[in-house]
Amino acid sequence: MKTSAFISTLLCTVTGLSLSSAVYAVDEINALVWCDHTDPEFIEPFEKANNVKVNLKEFEGTGAALSIIEQSQPGDWDVLVVDGVDVPRLVKAGILGQMPAEALPLDDFFPELLMEDKHVHDGKLYAVTELFGYNTIAFDRTRVDPQDMTDMTVLWSDKYKGRIALYDWYLPMIGLVSMGLGKETASLSVDDLPEIRDTLFKLKENTAQVTDVVASQTVLATGEVDILFGGGEWLTAVLSEEMPDLDWVLPEQGGLRWSQSVGVFADAGNPEMALKFVQYIVSPAGQAALATSSCYWAMPANRQTAELLTAQQKSALRWDEQVEYLSRAQLYPEPGGELDEAMQDLWNEMLQQ
Amino acid sequence: MRDKLSREHEVRAWRFVLPALLWTLIFFVMPFGFMVVMSLWDRIDNVIVRTWNLNQYREFLLKPYYWQALVNSLQLTVTVTLVSLVLAYPLAWIIAMRVPERWQRLALLLAIIPFWTSYVVRSYAWLLILARNGLLNKALLATGLVDLPLEIAATRYATVTGFVHFFVMLLTLTIYANLKQLSPNHVRAAADLGAGPVRCFLHITLPLTLPGIMVGAFLTFVLCIGDYITPQILGGGNELVLPQVIMMQISRRADFPSAAALSIVLMLVVSLVYLLCARWLRLERAR
Repeated sequence: MKTSAFISTLLCTVTGLSLSSAVYAVDEINALVWCDHTDPEFIEPFEKANNVKVNLKEFEGTGAALSIIEQSQPGDWDVLVVDGVDVPRLVKAGILGQMPAEALPLDDFFPELLMEDKHVHDGKLYAVTELFGYNTIAFDRTRVDPQDMTDMTVLWSDKYKGRIALYDWYLPMIGLVSMGLGKETASLSVDDLPEIRDTLFKLKENTAQVTDVVASQTVLATGEVDILFGGGEWLTAVLSEEMPDLDWVLPEQGGLRWSQSVGVFADAGNPEMALKFVQYIVSPAGQAALATSSCYWAMPANRQTAELLTAQQKSALRWDEQVEYLSRAQLYPEPGGELDEAMQDLWNEMLQQ
Repeated sequence: MRDKLSREHEVRAWRFVLPALLWTLIFFVMPFGFMVVMSLWDRIDNVIVRTWNLNQYREFLLKPYYWQALVNSLQLTVTVTLVSLVLAYPLAWIIAMRVPERWQRLALLLAIIPFWTSYVVRSYAWLLILARNGLLNKALLATGLVDLPLEIAATRYATVTGFVHFFVMLLTLTIYANLKQLSPNHVRAAADLGAGPVRCFLHITLPLTLPGIMVGAFLTFVLCIGDYITPQILGGGNELVLPQVIMMQISRRADFPSAAALSIVLMLVVSLVYLLCARWLRLERAR
């Protein structure tokens, strides 16, 4: 009797464990994401609708993502959010897998956000844009003349000396300065760096702080500085209700368009649910929640999202100006190894001034 | 029989030592070895190339901003250590020598209360105090002591302040422990022989508390020179210290060989300081 009871218990345990692991395998996905995806308002509707648990791990920067992936086992991760410009190297490294284009509402996207040169390889789709925005000029309209902010070169004159903070990310900042000098970010070379260097160093003289993402918002919101060069809707829009004086603009020289893409891992443990998650992200409902997440706001890539945004949200995002803004924006520089190193060296040199 | 007993003792001793050995091997020797190997690799066109070379160390020697980062780290750390020491010694002395025995525990508790809050939160709290619109400037402006707000946040002064707040507590503890071990008879004997309080302090108390000072100062140096958070939050990105440069290599470029080489340079500096401390000031007396 005792033996049979023991065997029954053992069987129940083994069966239970098998079932629980089966349930675990089907109903969980693991996603490497940016902080906006961790907002419950965004994630919970998907989890409830699909009876799935989405395990989210936040990271900052593609370098950090690569180091996490390198330390993981195949199948550990299902979905990856990444800078749009970094998609090709992830495809080349075999990290991202193919997605069925017909399963995604790509016709509803802003045409510039399809980014086929980044997302499509050999005719196969590997990622889609979920959000985008700009590295440009964010400012407090009560402390500066908003008209001045439409010309980037005012920042390296003396007018706002000591009242500017720089966003601490060498690629967009060098890109922005090069645009201020009338250069194309896509065709930057080592020969352009001396001129950029002079302007960057002049800019540093006018600068009170060089700040990371969190500090950028803090210094602008607390009045430590009046202008955040490199900022944009991602800094000010989330604060638009409480601090309506914080604003952003694309100057006449244009701004840098950033975009975040989402894709499914080539070795995803749960690829079907991962694709469902991507579909949710690019649906108007997912886009609206993500675009106004508690971490930061950004422009949704799917134009149909407009119907779900309030007038205040659209105003904070400058939604109605997007067609014109998109036509004037350029993409992040994409330097090769040598130029990338030279750019980072230049930025670090500037920081040490 | 005797051989057998001594072998059993040896086996038993190894069993006791084994967990510590394994721990050190797995969590220090192996990661350190891997870091050394990584620092001897290269990164070309965003790909880590596993060929042995000294390129990362050559880069460190050739690029001025790497050197500048190391110089900034050393200047900052030496300043923090000295300022913390100057503030901590009197505090420890007062607690050990002037506060009644029954209140000393409470005094120590009050001294270490800042340890209870998160390091990051404490740094941000200092930012709120030192900022252009912060509490300090508001108070100075309100009292008419200054006409314009002082620029303290986002400078090295702010970083030093944040660090000193933390390390004064650490040094107070090590110096206090040393002061409590001193026999009062040394000072009494010197006084009997005609030495005044200042001479007693300079020739008796201070030399005998050097081990406590050095242990605290060395811990301060090690923790301060490797810290990334305080310079990042309070320094305002206006100058870089070496840990910030290391972080940039990892988070922005995934340049692990460069980050590993810079980390080893940092470890070499710490090792050098340890050797200097141990040799000059007989650190082993602290045991």
